[in-house]
Parts: sequence; structure tokens; C-alpha cells
Amino acid sequence: MPYAAGVDVGSTQTKAIVVDESRTIVGRSLIDTGANVVSAAERAFAASLQDAGLEDYEVGFVVGTGYGRYKVEFGDAQITEIVCHARGAAAMFPGTQTVLDMGGQDTKAIRIKPGGDVVDFCMNDKCAAGTGRFLQSAAAALGLELEELGPTALRGQRPVSISTTCTVFAESEVLSWLARGKRIEDILLGVHRSIGSRSFGLLRRVGIESEVTFTGGVTRNEAMVEVMNDMLDTTLNVSEESHYMGALGAALFALERVPHGAASGEEVRA
Amino acid sequence: MTDSEIIGRGQEDGKRLFKDWFTGLTATAETGEKAAYVFVMGSLCELLRTFDLPVVFPEINSLQTAVRKTSDEYLNLAEDHGFSPDVCGYVKADYALQLRRGEHPMGTIPPPAVAVYTNACNTYIKWAEIWERMYDVPIFTLDVPGSRGAHGVALTGSDFQSDRRYVEYQLGELIELLEGLTGRSFDIDRLREVLAVTNDMGRSWRRLLEINQGTPAVYDSMMEGTIFLGVVNALRGTPEGARYFADLVEEMEYKLERGISPHGEVPEKHRLIFVGVPCYPIFRRFYHLFSDWGGTFVGSTYLWFASGGFNLEFEYDLERPLESLAEGLLLGVRSAVDSMLFQDRALIEAIDTYRADGVVYHPIKSCRTVSTGLADSRRVVLEERDVLCLYIESDMMDKRVVSEAQLKNRIDAFFEGLDSRKIRLAGGLAGAEEPEGAGEVGAEAADPAARD
Repeated sequence: MPYAAGVDVGSTQTKAIVVDESRTIVGRSLIDTGANVVSAAERAFAASLQDAGLEDYEVGFVVGTGYGRYKVEFGDAQITEIVCHARGAAAMFPGTQTVLDMGGQDTKAIRIKPGGDVVDFCMNDKCAAGTGRFLQSAAAALGLELEELGPTALRGQRPVSISTTCTVFAESEVLSWLARGKRIEDILLGVHRSIGSRSFGLLRRVGIESEVTFTGGVTRNEAMVEVMNDMLDTTLNVSEESHYMGALGAALFALERVPHGAASGEEVRA
Repeated sequence: MTDSEIIGRGQEDGKRLFKDWFTGLTATAETGEKAAYVFVMGSLCELLRTFDLPVVFPEINSLQTAVRKTSDEYLNLAEDHGFSPDVCGYVKADYALQLRRGEHPMGTIPPPAVAVYTNACNTYIKWAEIWERMYDVPIFTLDVPGSRGAHGVALTGSDFQSDRRYVEYQLGELIELLEGLTGRSFDIDRLREVLAVTNDMGRSWRRLLEINQGTPAVYDSMMEGTIFLGVVNALRGTPEGARYFADLVEEMEYKLERGISPHGEVPEKHRLIFVGVPCYPIFRRFYHLFSDWGGTFVGSTYLWFASGGFNLEFEYDLERPLESLAEGLLLGVRSAVDSMLFQDRALIEAIDTYRADGVVYHPIKSCRTVSTGLADSRRVVLEERDVLCLYIESDMMDKRVVSEAQLKNRIDAFFEGLDSRKIRLAGGLAGAEEPEGAGEVGAEAADPAARD
């Protein structure tokens, strides 16, 4: 049975997905990228193989994606994460017309056709405000773990106003609100809304068409999901796999390229 | 004639002519002769040449500092003198050039004896005021009434005639100024000669634009087009310029007949239109970000708005030279400005005539004039034509705002989309169309049991 893999080397985390010929995910992994990008790609791939119970020779094609895609040295091809997120989102939620990918340093709004072809995309420029890194700065300023941000923000009732100018300035802005006696919950809700407004601006530039699928690491933050649902007045497609969407898209592209005719054109097994 | 004798001749001749032009400017600077400063949009070169005044294009000087990797020196010097990072990079590089007494990577630029310009760009006016203060020289603003006409301007009608008379009257004032400056009388027959040569250049320019509608395109409008633009402006109204473009048309027709693309052995893959001004601080690498994917810029708005109106079907009437010069100015300047305001209409037409697969928008930090409205233009183009659009931002001068990694990521994604679309349209890769029930990937993936 032919297998294919996608390795998404992001600025913060590296994700790997292995799929079989019926396009079922059979293995996955998620690790911190760290300073050694080559090693991160290798380790993530090895961990996904272990998860799948496979040896590397059983994988017919590997596609690297993400900012470190050219560092997936064992990969057979490289495809940008923009296209891979679109493909993964379309595969998981076929009604997707708009994708919002919120990662560690990038937020992307992508408009797609059925099947995942990218029609248009837009990304944050020159600044990480409005990305996961913005949340990291806020967490650092408040002495919280990343996992605590979402639940804490959801308890907020009167969100403060946080400017969206700069990730570095955001930290001092958070501290200044603390000094003025604001509740952490309200500050954090303000931070989430600030990020949401940036993302909303990107989405407007490509045009917001339902269904909207939310991908990337920040999808694990339930407050961010709720803020975006509220701003877009819809329910975003989110699943447990949203964090892996780039790797999944890469794996699906890889499956099309596995030698001797992988089954990408066949009906998906129910 | 053999391939080796003709292919690439335009690039080589263009570089040589450009170098010679700078050498001539250096000689002017050394002898202390008078020189006129002009801008590409509405340059009035024709009139200045009748007085044999060498022309200096500060925009070209500035962009050459970027192409030659020295713009940061000039920008930093200007910013040391109080200019904001947000001010036009061309202005700042020129200001620093003046502080450095004309020292330029291509030679020495003479100071202005006069500056002549239109209101095609609002920055021109404030820019010229800098020279006025620095050198105490006359500056002449030719006020061209705007039209804001999406579909071009007719050469008839009372409004146009009134506007034409207004411009022609100002030309008369300019002639008086130039007569006083040079001590020479205006010679209308000399103007006729210059206009005749300019007409020849214009015909060649339009043929050049037309040739690239063929398949494959025979030159890259962004890379080679920049050389063509340099020559068409610097040598406007000169016999050398007219000869160069006649030869260039011959070369491009030769290539067209033989199907020779600008990338040599690499076949044409994606036909693109470029909108804006290129990223000069990394010019060659910027070009390769597209050409390595088989992308050819078959057309470029730069070759329209910076060509001094040569993209328009207009020729000077030698029987009434001054009147006709006023008409040309009106049409050229209005077209340059309107082509920015109504870019979507011109682009949609170009997409059809050039059979383009995609449009690349490149707004630049330095120039709001050419960058304003591009996002709206992109939205309209996407709505009206089945093409892909890429929107990337950097600058034409300031490498501090050029992020190559981010540019590459976006450009790669753009070409992946173009590739994928081509395959789909050709009925290619099995599986390019997402099959029914594709969502079940997610359904299974979400269920850990499905993995066993």
C-alpha cells in the first residue's frame, strides 16, 4: 500500500502527517521547531512514521511545506504553506471557500475554489501583530502559559482596547493596563479581539465567502475561535486536525505524486 | 542576419546608449554648461532639445542608485538631513546627490539651471522647490488640467480645446523663460524636426508593446522593459533614440517570427502583467523570483505611464507644432494619471489582448501615487476575469523594507496556483479535482479509531 507524507516546518512548530492511499491519516506528529530546522523536519517525520507504525521506505513521496520547506532535505518536493493549507482545508471541509490560517508568525487569509485551488491570498506584512506571536508576548507579560490564555480570556467581560501596531509594544501595553488595575481576563479578551480585528482586515481583502475554515496553531485557542465567530457572524470550521492542516495538504499533494498511481483521483473510502 | 547578431542587440545597445548619456551629463557637469531637470511624466524634452539643453531625469538617477546597490547611502544622507523615512525615495536620493555635488555611480550629474515639469505627480512640485532653494534657479510648473476620464480623452470638444489653449499659452511662457536662460531665439522649425523624430520613436514604442501580444512573448516587460524605458526617456526626440527603437523593433520581430522567448531555452509558461514600479534594490533577484517559474511579464503598466504618452495612438502634427505639443502633453499626462486612477479598465483590456494568466501588483512604500487603489483594482480584476492576482509590497529604492523571504513565499504560492490551474484546465493530473466525499478525510482523521 503506498503512503505519502507532508512535513510542515513552521516558525514555531513542525507538524508531520502520513496518509495512506485512501487518504486516511495514519500517522502524525507535532514538535517545537527550535533553532535546527533540518533536525526538526527529520524528527517530526520520524515521529509520524512511528505513530503510523511504518518505516521510511514505505512512504513513496514526501512534500515539505512551511517557511522551512527547503530544509526538509529528505523531501521530494516543496510547496508553500498557503497552497497546502488551502488543500487541507478543502479536503477536510469541502464547502470551504475562505481559509484563515493563524500561525506563529503569519496570519493568512486565503480564498479558494472547490477542491482547494487558491484564488487569492493575503498575509500580514512586516509585522507579527495579529499572529500567534502576539499571544505569546501577552502570555509572557502576564506570566501565563499559552494554554491558559483561551480559558482566561473567555472569562473576560469588558475587553480593554489594545492597539494592533506592534507585537513588542503590545507587551508594554498589556503591562500598562495591568498597572491601571484592569482584570487579566479583560486584558486578554482585548488582546484576542485585537488579533481578531487584524485577521478580519486580511479576510476582507480577499473577500469573505462561507464556509470559512480556521487553520493553524491558534485554532487550539478557544477564545480566538469564539472571537472570530463573533466578528464574522458565522461558525468557523475547526477540528482537532486544524493545527495540522498545512501538513495534511502537503501529504495530499504528496499522495498525488506517489509513483505507480496513487489513488488520489479515486473515491474516498467512507 | 544570424541569431547572435541580432538577439540581445537591444539590451546591449540600450546599455551603451544609457552609459553614453551619463558620460555626456558628466561632461556637462565638468564644463559647467547649463542643464535642464525634467521628469518622465510630461518631460517637455521636445521643447528643451530645440534649445540644445541637456536633460537630466532625477527619477532615473535615483533608481540607478538602487540598481547599483548604493541607494542606502543616499537615503541615509537625506534622512540625516531631516527627511522622513516615509518621503519618496527618489526625492531623498536626489537630494543627497545634490549634497554630494552630483556624485553618482554612473558619473557626475550637473546641477540644474532650470527645472521644467508638469503637475502629473504632486511630488514633482515640492521636489523642484528644493532645487529652487538650493541653487536659486528658475522652476517652471506646467499646469495640465486633469480629466479623470476612465475611458481616455478625445481630441475634440470645447473643453479639450480650451484646455489645449491653456497649456499652449503656458508653453509660450516657458519658451520666453528658455530664451532668456539660453540667450537663443526659439526656432519652430527645429521643434518640427524634434517632433518628427519623436513621432518615429512613438510608432516604434507602440509596435514594441504590440509585438509582445504574440506567443511566446519576446521580451520581459519588467526586466528588459526597464532598459527600454530608460532609453525612451533619456533620448526622447533624438535621432539616436529613434534609430535605437527602429532596431529594437527589428530584433523583436525577428524573435517573434522564430518564437524566441526572453528566457532563451526556457519555454514561456505563464503570461503575466506587472503593475507598478519594480523592486530595484534587488532587481535581478526580484526578476528571477518570477522567471525561474517560467513567468514572463508580457505587459507592464510601467511601460504605459512612464513612457511619456508613447503608449497612446497620438502623433504630433508638424503643421501646427506648438498646438500639437500642447495636445500631446494633455493626452500624455492625463493618461499617466488616469491610468493609475482607472487601472482596472486598462488591465482588463490588457489581460484580453495579451492573453495573460495573471496580474502581479507591486505597490511601493515610497510612492503613494502609483500605489493607491491597487487593492481595489485587484478586486475588480478578480471579479471580471478568470486570472490569478498577486499582491506584494516592497519599495523601488529602500531595501530596508524589502523582505525577500516574504516576497518569495508569496510569489511561490502564486505560481503554484498558476501551475495547478494550468493542469486543471488541461484536464491533467488525476485527482486535481477534489472527488466527492473529500471531507471524509477530516471525518476519519477526527476519529482516532479510523487510524487503526
